[in-house]
Amino acid sequence: MQGGLGLVGVGGGGGGKGGGSANESTVSKVEKDYDHHPAESDELELGLGLSLGGGKSKGSAWGECGRILTAKDFPSAVSGTKRAADSVSHEGGSPPSISQVVGWPPIRAYRMNSLVNQAKAPRSEEEKVGSDKEKSKDNLKKKICNGNKTNSMFNEKGHLGFVKVNIDGLPIGRKVDLNAHACYETLAQTLEEMFFSSTPTINSIGLGAEKKDSAAKTSKLLDGSSEFVLTYEDKEGDWMLVGDVPWGMFLCSVKRLRIMRTSEANGLGPIFQERNEKQKAKPV
Amino acid sequence: MNYFPDEVIEHVFDFITSHKDRNAVSLVCKSWYKIERMSRQIVFIGNCYAISPEGVIARFPELKSLTLKGKPHFADFNLVPHDWGGILYPWIEAFAKSRVGLEELRLKRMVVSDESLELLSKSFVNFKALVLVSCEGFSTDGLAAVAANCRFLRELDLQENEVEDHRGHWISRFPESCTSLVSLNLACLKGEINLSALERLVARSPNLKSLRLSRAVPLDALQKILMRAPQLVDLGTGSFVHDPASDAYNKLKATILKCKSIKSLSGFLEVAPRCLSAIHPICHNLTSLNLSYAPGIHGNDLIKLIQHCRKLERLWILDCIGDKGLGIVASTCKELQELRVFPSDPYGVGNAAVTEEGLVAISAGCPKLHSLLYFCQQMTNAALITVAKNCSNFTRFRLCILDPTRPDPVTMQPLDEGFGAIVQSCKRLRRLSLSGLLTDRVFLYIGMYAEQLEMLSIAFAGDSDKGMLYVLNGCKKLRKLEIRDSPFGDTALLTDVGKYETMRSLWMSSCEVTLGGCKTLAKNRPMLNVEIINEDDQIDFSSDDRQKVGKMYLYRTLVGPRKDAPEFVWTLSRRWVGTDLVKQHNSNSSKFLTMAGQEKSQKSQGWSKNPVPSGWNCHNIGVLSKNYCTRIIGYEDLKGTMA
Repeated sequence: MQGGLGLVGVGGGGGGKGGGSANESTVSKVEKDYDHHPAESDELELGLGLSLGGGKSKGSAWGECGRILTAKDFPSAVSGTKRAADSVSHEGGSPPSISQVVGWPPIRAYRMNSLVNQAKAPRSEEEKVGSDKEKSKDNLKKKICNGNKTNSMFNEKGHLGFVKVNIDGLPIGRKVDLNAHACYETLAQTLEEMFFSSTPTINSIGLGAEKKDSAAKTSKLLDGSSEFVLTYEDKEGDWMLVGDVPWGMFLCSVKRLRIMRTSEANGLGPIFQERNEKQKAKPV
Repeated sequence: MNYFPDEVIEHVFDFITSHKDRNAVSLVCKSWYKIERMSRQIVFIGNCYAISPEGVIARFPELKSLTLKGKPHFADFNLVPHDWGGILYPWIEAFAKSRVGLEELRLKRMVVSDESLELLSKSFVNFKALVLVSCEGFSTDGLAAVAANCRFLRELDLQENEVEDHRGHWISRFPESCTSLVSLNLACLKGEINLSALERLVARSPNLKSLRLSRAVPLDALQKILMRAPQLVDLGTGSFVHDPASDAYNKLKATILKCKSIKSLSGFLEVAPRCLSAIHPICHNLTSLNLSYAPGIHGNDLIKLIQHCRKLERLWILDCIGDKGLGIVASTCKELQELRVFPSDPYGVGNAAVTEEGLVAISAGCPKLHSLLYFCQQMTNAALITVAKNCSNFTRFRLCILDPTRPDPVTMQPLDEGFGAIVQSCKRLRRLSLSGLLTDRVFLYIGMYAEQLEMLSIAFAGDSDKGMLYVLNGCKKLRKLEIRDSPFGDTALLTDVGKYETMRSLWMSSCEVTLGGCKTLAKNRPMLNVEIINEDDQIDFSSDDRQKVGKMYLYRTLVGPRKDAPEFVWTLSRRWVGTDLVKQHNSNSSKFLTMAGQEKSQKSQGWSKNPVPSGWNCHNIGVLSKNYCTRIIGYEDLKGTMA
């Protein structure tokens, strides 16, 4: 993790990547730039450009999709004949372009619906299961964390669990979909990639290997070793440290997230150390 | 010129079972045509609009088994509006009226209403098998009618249908006297099921060989059901969730051990991975395993399972298995013939994916593989070339790279060479789906080498009309061509119009085809229906012929424009009168626009006067009846009176 924060994937201009150091080893699963970013307006947005098929004059289906993502892109947006996969939750920051194309990927609607319903449906059967809650949620979640998964799918925000994430020092925030995660680890990793990784790289040769590596790394945001700490505002308006309560309970009470400088998280110093110990002792 | 009496020839024909062969036989001479048609009991109709039900009955009066397909394939991916058509009812009505001795009905992508199911159940005394795949429009009430009235029902197979679940106890409608069930597949039902009724039904069905349960059947009910049906060959579990330490679970483990005949396993619509060990004992017998609906089983658990499955011939799985898991499949499942790897995260660019490595491993380890459906993050030419070398037996090869225009990530080249290697090596290839970055070159290869190709699916591929032309010129056996988002236009469409009468259908959406091109195509082709799906009135038929057509579906037919087309479907047809544009309303009436003539007002009922759109020189005849003959006569009458 770099000390500074680079703006990730700022658009505008061909060939160049936005600011931030080029840390090739942190390949976000989301960034797949084959080419330069398509020329975009002067908007300064945190986002990732996706350019597909490099320079081919395709039909309009793809023309719209190679651009910087803005808040409009997230699943509730519908544009013309293309519909967003409005019932599909995905990682904050993942390219919605694929999901905005009707009928792609070519999966039978029945199968698609069952994937999605597995994401949304409350599991009434789970109540019968013993305390060993091993049920995983749906196929849209990352399978990185193998530990106990809680079964709460409910999120006060509705079936899409997008919450705002702000980081100290940057006026512009991001949004992340909590429903696309099943545990704190993956959430923290996503946030780290969002805020601390470098600009997108084309380097997909090592993509496979690097993906697996990033899965093994434990998140620095959670274990207290970074200069930032992850906090959230709960329903009662209090700011709480992320990670204390079971995931499901967290989902129910979180309103928004804030990545705070550890120095400002006053009073958390010694508590943090303790938690650090506990975290390491927990089975993953 | 028969040297044998008809009965002998008929007996010989009994050995000819393939539809293609029977069709060929019927072309030899009039006598053979007659013998064949009187003896054909199994009829396959790939497009329900290619012929009318009356036509089928007239030709095959002894028919007992009918297969019907409705909507175009791309309807599976939401590319076809909901009420496009493919309606079953008229078929049942016609068959009932003519007292056809229908025993089996297999439907795919059709709209099946409860009324049609009820009529079916009451009209055919010997009805035995109902198979519905990807259908919609019915509820459990329709199923209740089938259960209650079909006394000799052997097979009720519901695959991936959208069924409205009324939660009535439709299972209880199977009478106590119904003991003939051989196959019952309820996997796609979403609502509650009366578990004790189901158990009793299974108990009184000694011939039951295939049972696939829905999600609403929990693990303890599964155990009770299995106790009643240890003879099962094909099992689909419902919910497979339980506390592995509990009694119920241990009972299940014991019961499963008794089911020594199970060769095919599916379901796990809900699964707790730790429960999977219960099925390990039967894995060594499995020839078919479908875990593609099982959410969230970790790669390692899948691997543990698969390591026991040495006899596997068919495997449907999610990509959570990973490349490593596929390597295990390759080293374990030497009998593998069919593999389908579905994405668990279709929209994400996730970690739990498979790449070209997995496919290469499979191709190296499984020499009998001939059918593949593979969703992956990336593919390389080198991998495809290796796969082609390892496995030249492919009959079905469908590769879906989730990012549809992605080049070879190593060389950044299009995947033309890779797919080219596949078609060149796999001489028996009948079905191919392409993806990834592709130029016209891949179509050149396909046209050159894919001699047996019958179905081709193209998306986001090609550079110019040449691509499509290579395919149309080269693939002599092509029956179904479906293309989306590719730059093929009128030149490609119109170069060899006669070709389409040798094919079942052509779908083109978001291509470069124009309204004028479609009109030209339809102009001299009475045997083709050229349908334009005009959602949201995007196309203005009165103006520019250069407008691009969003969705076009054309198919060969013996019966002209269909009468049940919804408002947004426009059929360009030259069959009846001039170059007509037939627009049909939901109210079962039709409007004609013709090229010639002027505006005409009519005094009789039902005729309306509409302003003539400029630039099109059209004549609005008004609202006519559904009966084609009347329509023709009506037009002819008009001709005389037109000024």
